[in-house]
Amino acid sequence: MKKYILDLTVLSVQQIHERYVLVKLTSDDALPDMLPGQFVEVRVDGSNTTFLRRPISIHFVDYQKNELWLLVACIGDGTKRIGELKQGDKLNCVLPLGNGFTVSEGAKKVLLVGGGVGVAPLLYLGKVLKEQGCEPTFLLGARTGKDLLMLSEFEKYGRVMVTTEDGSMGEKGFVTNHSVLQNEQFDLIQTCGPTPMMKAVARFARQNTIECEASLENLMACGLGACLCCVEKTTEGNLCVCKEGPVFNIKRLLWQD
Amino acid sequence: MARLDVKIKDLCLKNPVMTASGTFGYGLEFQDFVPLDGIGGIIVKGTTLAPRQGNDYPRMAETPQGMLNCVGLQNKGVDYFAEHIYPQLKDIDTNWIVNVSGSSPEDYAECAARIDVLEKVPAIELNISCPNVHDGGMAFGVTCAGAESVVKAVRERYHKTLIVKLSPNVTDITEIARAVEAAGADSVSLINTLMGTAIDIEKRRRVLSIGTGGLSGPCVKPVALRMVYQVARAVRIPVIGLGGITTATDALEFLMAGATAIEIGTANFLDPAVTIKVRDGINEWLDRHGVASVQDIIGCVE
Repeated sequence: MKKYILDLTVLSVQQIHERYVLVKLTSDDALPDMLPGQFVEVRVDGSNTTFLRRPISIHFVDYQKNELWLLVACIGDGTKRIGELKQGDKLNCVLPLGNGFTVSEGAKKVLLVGGGVGVAPLLYLGKVLKEQGCEPTFLLGARTGKDLLMLSEFEKYGRVMVTTEDGSMGEKGFVTNHSVLQNEQFDLIQTCGPTPMMKAVARFARQNTIECEASLENLMACGLGACLCCVEKTTEGNLCVCKEGPVFNIKRLLWQD
Repeated sequence: MARLDVKIKDLCLKNPVMTASGTFGYGLEFQDFVPLDGIGGIIVKGTTLAPRQGNDYPRMAETPQGMLNCVGLQNKGVDYFAEHIYPQLKDIDTNWIVNVSGSSPEDYAECAARIDVLEKVPAIELNISCPNVHDGGMAFGVTCAGAESVVKAVRERYHKTLIVKLSPNVTDITEIARAVEAAGADSVSLINTLMGTAIDIEKRRRVLSIGTGGLSGPCVKPVALRMVYQVARAVRIPVIGLGGITTATDALEFLMAGATAIEIGTANFLDPAVTIKVRDGINEWLDRHGVASVQDIIGCVE
């Protein structure tokens, strides 16, 4: 897929949570094709402590409105800068990068499991799945109810189940404790979130012989497979998460623990 | 349009802009952003005789105006390069240069010999300055005797343009430069990364998997520029300058300091199209100042 360096225009920056912002971007030209699970390398200028671009998941693409949405956790100096963007600002992006999730068609039962800001790529994935006639089930986890992001958007594309660690919304516990995993059969699980969560999801998938894909977020520099900094140990040796991933079938990962 | 062509021994570059090893992949990763045939030379990833897995993750730490890395020469080996990568590169009209590393002089020489036969690779860059591998790498580049031993061994088996990449992690880089010149190098490139470290204060431990890494990016530029200036005055062979070059202004500084060509490294991560912008910026400066050829400014400062 052809990659581009684009100066996108900020349409809005919505503070949707104390730590998270939803950044909506547009372009004078039609946005290029992007696949669910791919990411954008965002240039962050004007910070003394940061230097490299920030890899951010593609949260949603609306081709009719020509909008690209990024869901950003404002944690470090770089991502905080992104949170301070104003309408009309330009954001230099390299996109689309990496390999996306497998998009199933038709009758397959697909479960999308997200935790924290890791829910980001699952919204666009859900939309594309629904368009392919494969309405997904979302299983989203967070610490508390207020940490569950964009729920009303997810509901547009499939059934939404939630777990919270404090029980303030949905079932209490971790995503892997949710009753839907015991009560229903799925053909494919696709997951993005904290590594311990994804490893637990992968363990469940392995035990129940369900196909599973996980999206990794190793620390990156180039995002293009050139610097070899973001490697993950796999059955094929060290692979760049930015180029060979960020989505991997768990069979390729050494997550047997 | 000024003349941009320069020569490094038998290596003819259409312009003085090259890419630094390990920052531009095999070039193919960047072809959506820049026309590869518009770049003077592309120095591909560090290549060794046998495949290497490199160091464990984490391999990178961001620093103010730079980054540390300890990749540790991950590559699939010279035979894989020759069989699988080279065929994809050979018809693209630039100078493909392979960066060669090893654990012993014999290792380096054998690797170089296997590249010598590749028609469209007119030069190699010997990496005697990698700070991230224990067995070899920088160990050769920090003493005159070590540097000489590798260059001599390679010179016997390699017949095209031989560039030697120098480490800045030495007391006097001009001594090493003179030693490799005497041993038969056709050119020296400098600087490789500066050894550094970073600490995670929450975990109370060093960030990188092997503790230390090589520092690159704009933060190293003044050090690199000073060393290029010194080495250009200490040797007769052409010098290739690198270290934090991000703009045409940076590149022009290195050329004026005495570099015949320059390499762009870490800046490729910030702007994948930077190489062509630097080339065009050099041309624009030359035109604006009525300078007919880039060769007229090489080493022009006292």
